[in-house]
Amino acid sequence: MSDAKITPEIVAEHGLNAEEYARVLEIMGREPNITELGIFSVMWSEHCSYKSSKKWLKTLPTTAPWVIHGPGENAGVVDIGDGLTAVFKMESHNHPSFIEPYQGAATGVGGILRDVFTMGARPVANLNALRFGAPDHPKTRHLISGVVSGIGGYGNCVGVPTVGGEVNFHPGYNGNILVNAMTVGIAPADRIFTSQARGVGNPVVYVGSKTGRDGIHGATMASAEFSADSEEKRPTVQVGDPFTEKLLIEACLELMDTDAIVAIQDMGAAGLTSSSFEMASKGGLGVDLALDTVPMREAGMTPYELMLSESQERMLMVLQPGKEHVARAIFEKWHLDFAVIGRLTDTGRMVLTWHGETVADLPIDPLAEAAPEYDRPWEPTPAPAPLDPATVPVVPWTEALTRLMGSPDLASRRWIWEQYDHMVMGDTVQRPGGDAAVVRIHGTDRGLAATTDCTPRYVGADPVMGGRQAVAEAWRNLTATGARPLAVTDNLNFGNPEKPRIMGQVVGACQGIAEACRALDFPVVSGNVSLYNETEGQAIPPTPTIGGVGVIDDLDRMATVAVPAEGEAILVIGGGPADGWLGQSLYLREIAGREEGAPPPVDLAVERRTGDLVRGLIQAGRVTACHDVSDGGLLVAVAEMALAGSIGATLSVDTTPAALFGEDQGRYVVTLPEAEAASLLADLGGTARRIGVTGGDALVIGADSVALATVRTAHDGWLPGIMSSTPGRS
Amino acid sequence: MKAAVIVFPGSNCDRDVAVTLRDVTGQDPRMHWHADPDLPEDLDLIVLPGGFSHGDYLRCGAMAAQAPVIAAVRRQAQRGVAMLGICNGFQVLCETGLLPGALMRNRDLTYICKDVHLKVVTTDTIFTSRYDPARVVRIPIAHHDGNYVADLPTQCMLEDEDRVAVRYCDAAGRVVDEANPNGSTANIAGVLSENHRILGLMPHPERLADPRLGGTDGRALFTSLLEALS
Amino acid sequence: MKARIHVSLKPGVLDPQGKAILGALESMGFDGVQDARQGKLIELDLDDDTDADTARARVDDMCRRLLANTVIEKYTIDLEG
Repeated sequence: MSDAKITPEIVAEHGLNAEEYARVLEIMGREPNITELGIFSVMWSEHCSYKSSKKWLKTLPTTAPWVIHGPGENAGVVDIGDGLTAVFKMESHNHPSFIEPYQGAATGVGGILRDVFTMGARPVANLNALRFGAPDHPKTRHLISGVVSGIGGYGNCVGVPTVGGEVNFHPGYNGNILVNAMTVGIAPADRIFTSQARGVGNPVVYVGSKTGRDGIHGATMASAEFSADSEEKRPTVQVGDPFTEKLLIEACLELMDTDAIVAIQDMGAAGLTSSSFEMASKGGLGVDLALDTVPMREAGMTPYELMLSESQERMLMVLQPGKEHVARAIFEKWHLDFAVIGRLTDTGRMVLTWHGETVADLPIDPLAEAAPEYDRPWEPTPAPAPLDPATVPVVPWTEALTRLMGSPDLASRRWIWEQYDHMVMGDTVQRPGGDAAVVRIHGTDRGLAATTDCTPRYVGADPVMGGRQAVAEAWRNLTATGARPLAVTDNLNFGNPEKPRIMGQVVGACQGIAEACRALDFPVVSGNVSLYNETEGQAIPPTPTIGGVGVIDDLDRMATVAVPAEGEAILVIGGGPADGWLGQSLYLREIAGREEGAPPPVDLAVERRTGDLVRGLIQAGRVTACHDVSDGGLLVAVAEMALAGSIGATLSVDTTPAALFGEDQGRYVVTLPEAEAASLLADLGGTARRIGVTGGDALVIGADSVALATVRTAHDGWLPGIMSSTPGRS
Repeated sequence: MKAAVIVFPGSNCDRDVAVTLRDVTGQDPRMHWHADPDLPEDLDLIVLPGGFSHGDYLRCGAMAAQAPVIAAVRRQAQRGVAMLGICNGFQVLCETGLLPGALMRNRDLTYICKDVHLKVVTTDTIFTSRYDPARVVRIPIAHHDGNYVADLPTQCMLEDEDRVAVRYCDAAGRVVDEANPNGSTANIAGVLSENHRILGLMPHPERLADPRLGGTDGRALFTSLLEALS
Repeated sequence: MKARIHVSLKPGVLDPQGKAILGALESMGFDGVQDARQGKLIELDLDDDTDADTARARVDDMCRRLLANTVIEKYTIDLEG
């Protein structure tokens, strides 16, 4: 196979441009064979090299005293005290989920789990940030149903609770849905595993599932050898096996309790190529692999296919010499494949053999260092025309509230999260539906809070402000539970970066994220970039999803959103008399059918001050419930708290749409016993104001009211309603 | 009370039930790997935990029912050792024939994870003695295949022999179809063996046995066992 | 030799998946479908030197002990080659 002629067509089909191919020739000093070309193609792909985004990713703050490993490892690692760390990352599986929603979403979950347990962490929580097209688009229901059952099918089986996430709907995702999966794990601080290979001569070991022809793209199937047989032989949809993943988790964690592992790396996208390259490159070493010893699922596989396969549930490890038998016994107990497939060398080269014959020989460092990095042209997103408040229609608040609570972006997600096992592992102390999910750190009275956030309509209108807001909202959601926000993982989803307008969104969002992370001491410790989310020239709304993690030091001092009792005072902390920002609000979109104006500004100093204050009140036990104000504004926040506690509220507030539904940032609604309200208000001065009292079974303002039951019907009914309507095929 | 939890490849509630057992009894249960055919002879309780044994790939519980340890489980069942099968464990017990009936795909075809209300039908068992029959209990379910089916003669036998342990009901305790989450025959959520020493149930009592997790209605099942078996 | 085992629910056992398929077909406008039942097909590659009668007996044993749950399922066996 290695004598296939490399034609310009084959080079192009491997996604390399002329300039990149010239660099290949220079590094190799000869024409590469097809296997070598495949390796270059994978290593220099956008996915592996971040060639369009690297310049801007470097501007993100990534350090803090509590950060143990930032970007560059399989997942970020932060210190959470008591000798433990939180290990987490978010990753996209957008395109595969659009093509085959069940398997696409399932393998997305599998991949992100492996990134986390590779580092020695036991996964303790999964979250998912999903974006679908218009609810009435013919494909949407099919995609929702497939993605949700795929996430559940995988996560439920591996026994990691799926505790949170978010869902948005917008016609901008009709042709490109987003499936961003996040896993949080816990590992002992003194037992973190990385991918840095060490020790010339150490064995390189393959464990997990066998390698098949999964995920080898049609475009790279070009050479004569691959064109002969039927398509049936070459599945490009990866199929997940959560049962094997569960065994792999247990086997890896069992082996990690011994001293056998030197380095470990999961085989994700680009499989054996990127995992072996990564390990050798980080260790400054070389590696020899005998590809004929790789466990194979089907006959007749070639070195090219083995190096490019994206078969799931596989790991590559470097072991201490002489520990092979320890590892083999553990993997065999768990019925998993185990094979020594190579050795580390001091050559700095990757040498691949096939039954003793060399089939590829490439230098590792030059290839990694020469990975393209582009400063793509970009243009800033033009500032949107400000919204003229006089043009915003006024609808009676009772009607507006019911419509908003039953609108696609605000309606209850219960139909989704009831299909996820959100309680397995016995530590879920805040189930889905609140500001952030909270899982107890096993065996302690401490907790980890986690959330995912992004408001794409804000980012689209103003990428810098939208980037800031995504970070600020994640920080706020953690704060609202009483957690100390620690760090974030980012999943940057955009259109084609070769278009300056799109690249401008990337640049703007990175700037906003960097500003907010810096101001809030909330560094980026891991992340993923997904570009080219476009169909027929239509790019997705820019969606830099932020996954945030925080720690709660005492679960007795945790807040939830549910109104806990009748007769409690309701306060708003943050904001002020000038509140009423309707630009890019859900009120404007859902009631007036307009997506206009600038998004609400995020003042990071105020954000931080207000959040620190609220967290202090929760930790001091001075408030009984807390909810941040976000999509839909103040009245929606109060309504969500009322529904969660099944207790109504009577408010004394202005009833203009701006006052009730404005989306001004940096605000929280809290409740507390009436008797303590006056002293708290006195302590907080102008930062807080009283807006009402809890009680009854309705939301009341002045002479008007809406029954909680009415709001609940709208809120709970929307998603089951669209999902139970006639199944259709597009 | 000496308890063992059987761990199958793909079990994932083994740790959860062990935590509850330790919490209630003060003793760590033995975690027994499915491939080990030798179960200790001095056990008071054998637990088959929830999860996806062997991925549930053929039928839920089918491959686990053929595990090397199952012969010992059968022998101890004959001797009257108490056994509790939760969720996948219930499915395994049905597949082994130690409990009658079978568990099929949920009526609405989706996986369901939520709290349900249950009526404890009989409190005259080692599993349920600490429950107040007048009180509705709230315990979560989490399954894709919890739709209990049995033919008519089996159903009659279960009713006649007082072998339906728990039924799905509404918050007011009414056993009605709207409160049936998965389509189970006669709202059956848990059944007993002929000698009332083996219980299989789809709800997860170990998931609401700790106030931190939002409820403790599952705890009485374990305190009942502790009282009966120690 | 190949054995094809078709496992399906016994008549009279409610088949929620079959029901959903029937409902979907109806809603898509395919009339004339009386009923739909979903089952599964298991293919086994057997040693070539096995004679048909022995093979059938062995596969039948496999079905009774593992591949089908005869409380709710029935099965048919086809041998080929």
